[in-house]
Amino acid sequence: MALVPLILLFPLLGFAATGIFGRSYPREAHRFAMAAVIASWLVASVVAVGALSHGFGFGDHGAGITLWRWIPAIGFTADVGLYVDSLTACLLLVVTTIGMLVHVYSLGYMAHDPGRWRFFSYLNLFMFSMLLLVLADNFLLVFAGWELVGLCSYLLIGFWFPRRSAAVAAKKAFLVNRVGDMGFALAIMAIWTQLGTLNMQEVFAKFGAVPHEWQIAIAALLFCGAVGKSAQFPLHVWLPDAMEGPTPVSALIHAATMVNAGVYLVARANPIFGAASEVMVVVAAIGIFTAILAASIAFTQTDIKRVLAYSTLSQLGYMFAALGVGAWTAAIFHLMTHGFFKGLLFLDSGSVIHAVGDEQDMRKMGGLARKIPITYATMLIGAIAISGLPPLAGFFSKDEILGGAFKNGFLWVWGIGFLVAGMTAFYMFRLIGMTFWGESRVDPEKELHIHESPPSMTRPLILLAIPAAALGLAIGFPPETGLLHQWLSPVFESTIAAGGHAEAAYNFFGIDGALAIATTALVAVAIVVAWRLFGVEIPALRLRAEARPEQVASLSQARALAPLYRGSAAKWWFDDLNDLLFVRVGGRLANAAWWFDRTVVDGTVNGIGTVTVGTGDRLRRIQTGHVQNYALGIAFGLIAVAIGYLLIVR
Amino acid sequence: MSGSLDSYLVLSGLLFAIGSFGFLARRNAISMLMSIELMVNAVNLSVVAFGAFVPKLQTYAAVIALIVIAVAAAEATVGLALVIAIYRNRRTPLVDEYDAMSQ
Repeated sequence: MALVPLILLFPLLGFAATGIFGRSYPREAHRFAMAAVIASWLVASVVAVGALSHGFGFGDHGAGITLWRWIPAIGFTADVGLYVDSLTACLLLVVTTIGMLVHVYSLGYMAHDPGRWRFFSYLNLFMFSMLLLVLADNFLLVFAGWELVGLCSYLLIGFWFPRRSAAVAAKKAFLVNRVGDMGFALAIMAIWTQLGTLNMQEVFAKFGAVPHEWQIAIAALLFCGAVGKSAQFPLHVWLPDAMEGPTPVSALIHAATMVNAGVYLVARANPIFGAASEVMVVVAAIGIFTAILAASIAFTQTDIKRVLAYSTLSQLGYMFAALGVGAWTAAIFHLMTHGFFKGLLFLDSGSVIHAVGDEQDMRKMGGLARKIPITYATMLIGAIAISGLPPLAGFFSKDEILGGAFKNGFLWVWGIGFLVAGMTAFYMFRLIGMTFWGESRVDPEKELHIHESPPSMTRPLILLAIPAAALGLAIGFPPETGLLHQWLSPVFESTIAAGGHAEAAYNFFGIDGALAIATTALVAVAIVVAWRLFGVEIPALRLRAEARPEQVASLSQARALAPLYRGSAAKWWFDDLNDLLFVRVGGRLANAAWWFDRTVVDGTVNGIGTVTVGTGDRLRRIQTGHVQNYALGIAFGLIAVAIGYLLIVR
Repeated sequence: MSGSLDSYLVLSGLLFAIGSFGFLARRNAISMLMSIELMVNAVNLSVVAFGAFVPKLQTYAAVIALIVIAVAAAEATVGLALVIAIYRNRRTPLVDEYDAMSQ
């Protein structure tokens, strides 16, 4: 337990050292940051092993450590305390492992960037913030970490701030996140007024005594925060734009870790959500709606990173759906597997972009499979993993989510989720097809420079491909009784028991097996369709299909599909809606308020000033500056006081 | 101890009146300082007179008188220093030409 603060300390020191000395030693700047993140990873691994084995002083329900009293106000106290249980340990593993690999990858990716030291210091600050968020034992400290990761996200999206679109995207992410954060802040205030403590364990223990309407309010407000950070509908608009940041940042922050904070928060607060079943339905509905909305948009995007961004939205939607239907462990399972395979996919996309000379448009790619084989192989693994073909990681976690929704009686969630599974497979293989298969559409002069990335970039890809392929089998098999379930059952057992959704045994030859086969079949069909449309050549299997761009075009123009195609390509007009609501109408309101402020409020204040100045200017003339005038005044005053005294008091 | 308390107080009042007139009417800063001395000493005279005629106040009056003498000496020193400082700046001892406070 004494090791736990070190996990936080290393990245913080790395941030400080890189930030302070980086400008003077830009070539060596990454060394501090690398050392810090590797040290943090080592300590976190030790701690996680301890917490997951329920031994080494952690026990079944984890252990906490209070470092110091943070806010010792009378009537309001908050401590800086850390708490590690198996849920925390799972997140620690994901965050530090992917974080470390992304740092390594960035060595290659950012090698020629003059702002490299700034990049690494921000990355370390992000690691610190994210770990603080995960480790904190009270809501206020979680909120501090929550805001800090938001800040890092802002700084890193806008890392190339001279580019206007990057600066705008950073601002958009920051502002949209504020909407959700306000909900989180209100939830913290509500918790304080109802319970008088912010320590999570105390809050969870006493939460049953809170009036039910307050339980609903707190859960809904917490979920509001989660919606903002995890980019769920209707606050999903910031995440695709966040792809303006460097690709390692997209992988680390906007796919593998920070956007999971919302899922983590809901899972961590499972006693709160368990007590408010009304909110749980909302969680499931918003989650599954985001899943299908984002998947439908991913169909038509042509920017390779944007497809992945919408895919992230969609997968996060899955996680929220899982939380909403009470399949808590499945949500965390998917969080972990998704963290690895989506991190992998983003780093792969970065490698592709690097290879074709900073081109992100998939219409100008194609046929890259032979030229960048390591990237191709690892990206294929990532794509199969996210599509959910057995035995790769995504199959197990997605299967548990869908199974959980089905068995807990949320048939509509299962139905949409089933559809989304097929859509996911299709758009992922559309991405693979457009990027790696078929004819090359790369600009001729760039064609010559296509090269595989340096080892510092490909090694993290290979290392990430291993968990992306095997993590599901390792911790999720046999389904619903695997290692992960043993680890996490102490965290969720009381909520699951209270919710009445007892985790039924997994039935290979009954309903569970049937669902898994159905999903797999749909996924397989979707992949084959994508393959037929976007073309592939697999010499080993003697499979060959030509890309059919004319078919894709005719499909998108078909009478029944055309409106869908246009809607998807326009991202269902959410950005336009926001523009209308908040920029046009909101701008008018703001202008009116500004006018009021200028004329009425400022007018009053300035008027008071003018009157005072005028009065003073007139009174000033009495003051001659001659000593004897004042002395005369004093003398007459004295006489007047004396006369008054004699007349009135006597 | 001859005479009565009243005669001392009348003398004290006269001296104070002369002092305050001098302070208000004279233009020369040195004269004004001297007028202040006159007022202070008028008050001091009345204090001593009270001490002599009222037995209960005997010791207090002596102490107050001594303090007043000390303060008057200090005040005269500071006042004279100020006047000299201003004189060096303005080249005149006449106070109605000292108008820096109105600016």
